[in-house]
Amino acid sequence: MMTSKFFFEWFLPGIWITIQVLVYSAVLAGVVSFVIGTLRTSRFWIVRFLAGTYFEIFRGMSALIMMFWMAFVVPLMLGWQFVPMFSGVLALGLTYGAYGSEIVRGALAAVPPAQREAGIALSFTRMQRLRRIELPQAWPEMVPPFNNLLIELMKGTALVSVITVADMTFAGNLVRLSKNESMPIYTLLLVLYFVLAFILTRGMRMLERKAKAGVGRAPEGRTILTRKLSPKGELDQARAGTAGAGGAG
Amino acid sequence: MSSSKNETENPAVDGSELIRFDKVTKRYGSNVVLDQLDFSVNSGKHITLIGPSGSGKTTILRALMTLVKPEEGTIKVSGQYLFHEEKDGKLVDAGESHIREVRKNIGMVFQQFNLFPNMKVLRNITEAPVHVLGLDKDEADERARELLELVGLTEHLDKYPSQLSGGQQQRVAIARALAMRPQILLLDEVTSALDPELVAGVLDLLRDIARSTDITMLCVTHEMGFARDISDDVLMFNEGKVIESGAPEKIFSEPEHERTREFLSAVL
Ligand SMILES: Nc1ncnc2c1ncn2[C@@H]1O[C@H](COP(=O)(O)OP(=O)(O)OP(=O)(O)O)[C@@H](O)[C@H]1O
Ligand SMILES: [Mg+2]
Repeated sequence: MMTSKFFFEWFLPGIWITIQVLVYSAVLAGVVSFVIGTLRTSRFWIVRFLAGTYFEIFRGMSALIMMFWMAFVVPLMLGWQFVPMFSGVLALGLTYGAYGSEIVRGALAAVPPAQREAGIALSFTRMQRLRRIELPQAWPEMVPPFNNLLIELMKGTALVSVITVADMTFAGNLVRLSKNESMPIYTLLLVLYFVLAFILTRGMRMLERKAKAGVGRAPEGRTILTRKLSPKGELDQARAGTAGAGGAG
Repeated sequence: MSSSKNETENPAVDGSELIRFDKVTKRYGSNVVLDQLDFSVNSGKHITLIGPSGSGKTTILRALMTLVKPEEGTIKVSGQYLFHEEKDGKLVDAGESHIREVRKNIGMVFQQFNLFPNMKVLRNITEAPVHVLGLDKDEADERARELLELVGLTEHLDKYPSQLSGGQQQRVAIARALAMRPQILLLDEVTSALDPELVAGVLDLLRDIARSTDITMLCVTHEMGFARDISDDVLMFNEGKVIESGAPEKIFSEPEHERTREFLSAVL
């Protein structure tokens, strides 16, 4: 089993590195999502075309290969190299941002055209409409898919271990190489990633509730994972169920 | 409520021409919706547009609001072209900022209210005065409160639109349009999405506004009693043209055109 020395020297720092990679690449992906997603709704075809091209290219690109490319090809081309973590964050942020742009574009497209027209009737500029009307209304629709994407991204951070970023997967591989004890170490890793996902989901659910309250809507039913195990919660769900059935009948 | 007369500072309520449609044509594919349409509205007048479904009434209001662009012809508002600019004596397509300037004279209330669901009632009303007209926040708040009093919703200013009834939402939408102090108010079947018991209240409010302000109103409605009450003129549309116009007493009692008679007998 893992020695405590190893645990403190590699594993704990590895968790911290994973969290750092996650935070940086999530921020980058978020920025890319909103910028590219919004540009894809531009009224200028050239802007739509360029943003759409970004989306197609980066959606179709393997984040892993892009990391290799940045870690091993860029130095050959430029004569200097990125810090490995930077390569990892860039590759993850740019590719997941491409997926995220689709979430933003889709949610913007789902805002009823009547809202755009109401904005025009009050003489808002396009930027004002986007910022004050369309994006705030699209936001609650974006949060659940962003939650999925964030969890995919979180799991995707394990890729950085192959370009020698010492995240928790990297630490786990070290243990296996030195001690040849795969079972406990990978089980622990599975659990750790799961716990991270769980925490992220809880956070995103809170965000979703806030977002929906911000447009005067009640949050939807909870998922198994995040449902409060209180009798009242169960009751509410049961009631919602019968109400739905009654409405259909 | 009579105080609102002074709040609408319309520059020209001298009865001069405020809106002019000149040979305006709008097509959807081969469907000619507005057909070389000519008409004008003098400032301060209350005009009701009537006509069968699909005759182009909504399209006229949407063209004035710049939500649809006619293929041919010109529209003038307050002496300025809506979709065009004059350059070297020639008419060219206007840019966004010109259109926005002219459009500031015009407000619209929609059939489906179209309040902003992400803003509470007060902010629905203050958002455009603050960010479009550049009013400071307190001034806009104050004015919004006055308007909410006018429409009878003072106690609801801190609610989201989704927490209001249809009638209440429509009153907020009316207040929101008035907050921009438009010279022209466009009303497209503003009561037809409401439960029957809520219609009268909204119509009374509009009567009140018509009586106590100088705003020029263009109103599409199927409420003939209301049209009779507030209109200076009624325009009867058919197939994208005005086929008959005149004072409501005349149009409703002794219409000249056969098509008008048919239409009125169907709706009255
Ligand atoms: N976006 C659109 N695309 C295609 N056709 C349209 C569009 N909008 C309106 N039309 C057509 O234009 C014609 C006039 O429509 P408009 O909405 O102006 O009629 P209306 O007089 O307001 O009718 P109603 O009393 O039913 O509201 C109709 O034939 C309609 O089908
Ligand atoms: Mg209509």
